[in-house]
Amino acid sequence: MEESDIKFLEESFKKYYFDHFDLIRVPERTSEREFGYQKFNSGMTRHISIKDDKELHLLLMQNIPSDVYCSNAYYSFPNLPMNEKDWKEADLIFDIDAKDLNLSCRQDHTISICNDCNEVSKNSDQCIKCNSIKLEKKSLPCKNCIDFSKIEVSKLSEILIDDFAITSEDIHVYFSGNEGFHVYVYNSQFQQIGSRERSELVDYLMLHGIMPETFGMKKFKPNRSSFPDFNEKGWRGRFSKQMFGSKSKRSKIISELLVNGYTSFQKDLDNISEKIGVKVDPNVTMDIHRIFRLPGSINSKSGLTKILCRDLKKFDPYSEASFLNDDSIEIFANCPIEFKLKNKKFGPYTNEKITVPTYAAVYMICKKLATID
Amino acid sequence: MLILGQDEKAKYPFLTDAGEYLKDKGFPLVQFGTDPVLKLSVEKAFHRIQVATEGQIYKSDLIDGQASKPFILEREVFSFLLAVVLIKLTGMSTLTKRFALAEARRAEKHLEKDLGNASDKSKIDLAIRIIDDLFSVQVEKLDDYFVIPVSDYLKHSINFHEREWKLINRHVEHGKVFLTPHETVRLIRTELGTYINSKIVNAKTPTMISGFEDYVNKLVLLSKKFTTFTVTTGEYPPCIKHAIEILEKGENLPHSGRFMLATFLLSKGQSVEQITPLFKNAPDYNERVTLYQLNHLAGTSGSGTQYSCPSCTKLKTQSLCFAIPECDNIISPLQFGKKRK
Repeated sequence: MEESDIKFLEESFKKYYFDHFDLIRVPERTSEREFGYQKFNSGMTRHISIKDDKELHLLLMQNIPSDVYCSNAYYSFPNLPMNEKDWKEADLIFDIDAKDLNLSCRQDHTISICNDCNEVSKNSDQCIKCNSIKLEKKSLPCKNCIDFSKIEVSKLSEILIDDFAITSEDIHVYFSGNEGFHVYVYNSQFQQIGSRERSELVDYLMLHGIMPETFGMKKFKPNRSSFPDFNEKGWRGRFSKQMFGSKSKRSKIISELLVNGYTSFQKDLDNISEKIGVKVDPNVTMDIHRIFRLPGSINSKSGLTKILCRDLKKFDPYSEASFLNDDSIEIFANCPIEFKLKNKKFGPYTNEKITVPTYAAVYMICKKLATID
Repeated sequence: MLILGQDEKAKYPFLTDAGEYLKDKGFPLVQFGTDPVLKLSVEKAFHRIQVATEGQIYKSDLIDGQASKPFILEREVFSFLLAVVLIKLTGMSTLTKRFALAEARRAEKHLEKDLGNASDKSKIDLAIRIIDDLFSVQVEKLDDYFVIPVSDYLKHSINFHEREWKLINRHVEHGKVFLTPHETVRLIRTELGTYINSKIVNAKTPTMISGFEDYVNKLVLLSKKFTTFTVTTGEYPPCIKHAIEILEKGENLPHSGRFMLATFLLSKGQSVEQITPLFKNAPDYNERVTLYQLNHLAGTSGSGTQYSCPSCTKLKTQSLCFAIPECDNIISPLQFGKKRK
């Protein structure tokens, strides 16, 4: 990124940090957490410990980071190197990202930026100018992306509550600041489990590794009575709702399943798990030493804020998570896709000089689709 | 502290304090080498180990956990304690492991029977308490099932590689996993083995007792049979081949895939300099960053921790596993192509 762009972004971020101390609060048990941050065009600084809001705000004002992170884990000595920190426990976290949902709309709003010649084009596998295959993909997520991500969040919450006895008050959902949601689970029985155990939880939620026998299909002498019923709890109940559709069709469909046999049933299961399994990023949940984007901080992939969603259904990130100011700024934009922020439409722009509000300029510059000159 | 009845001591002899038990009974260890009646217990102890090395479970003289005569109960406990003494005298760790496993499986059978005992609540309670005391797993009885918290279940089940132990293939409700008595006990088998193993490892090695020499020599000979040889084909497992292919095509390999590839090759003895060029085609290749990260994984920079290659289970979760029949139930890519002979 050019110096002038960085300067502009830093100025905008600094103003946000200064004006919104109320949004950027340290999490509970602050002194047991590890903090970290990144500056534009620079590596990660981590293993930092912070006492309170004041110290955090000072760090933000002094360093003007592009991104700020905080561990979901609790340590005795968060500022020491990893193997000396003395890990105590970690909140359960989930990352749901629109890019992992295989949505058909992605095609329409993904842009390829060539690493060799900087040419911007609509989604392609090869640069249209220099044929390079070293392309960086940027997405300008749409409403559809957010709506489908919300469905995944709801699926996740339902299972956490029904199967794992977690109370809804202990589930906090945040917009990630870019194209998805971060879900935190507090005070659960899973605080102290390690990475491998968390990986098993992920498989459970994603409906990975299921055996036909679990849903009633046996290899030898299969019978009708072992198939799940509508009102069963857990995955058997959810499976039967998806597989049979309605109670009246159950019997007929079981007959078909029995005729088709075991191997075919395994294939059916794979399809079903794609539909009803929760699509979380397994790596995030499995990582018990991660520093995760700090709520209230700006995501430098978009200039939007990671913010708590109190009413997920109504939540609109493109109006509620954009906190940068409206001051006009002239930029040079090459953004082939239209986008909406604070209920205003922008673009498409083809290599043109435009004057837009700061929040829209930051959005495009963060996506590498505009520059200050 | 668990207070055990005489028959529980016979079923779960590893819960007794060896020294105290013998002292209580009034028999010093040396007497077992000379007294012809007591020597029968040494003979039994030898048999107990021998059976274990054959992968069998020692059949006790108890009938349904009960003894027909009191001295039978005593001999059950003696033979276990003496088996530990014999193993300590051989100094062969392979015997310890095999014996601990066999004894764990034996105890498992008794625990399972006690848990499933519908008519005697005290037996169920004791079995539940043993499981709680030894392994901190809180088991509750609910109708015909035993339920345990999901987190406790996971701590133990992650050591199993069979699909039926995956949480997804379990009945889960309100934060609990539902298990049969058999499954409840099976869940703690490894830990039971580890517990017995550590008891043996931590037991004091006595000086050779006259009358024990023959048994000890026979056991040393026996344990030498277990040394295995492995040969390696040198071929890469499919997950690694796949990762290399992706990079060769210049496509994006996710961070987790790069981690797998790098840690795998480092474990196979390749140097950071040998590995770096593999990543040249990655869309976001930056030599400085790649070198930094590889050195970090190798433990030559940063905290000095050497990162190890992820297990097959982890790779499955990360969608990086492309198992083929030749994988043959290995649990880490590093085991691929190794054949035991």
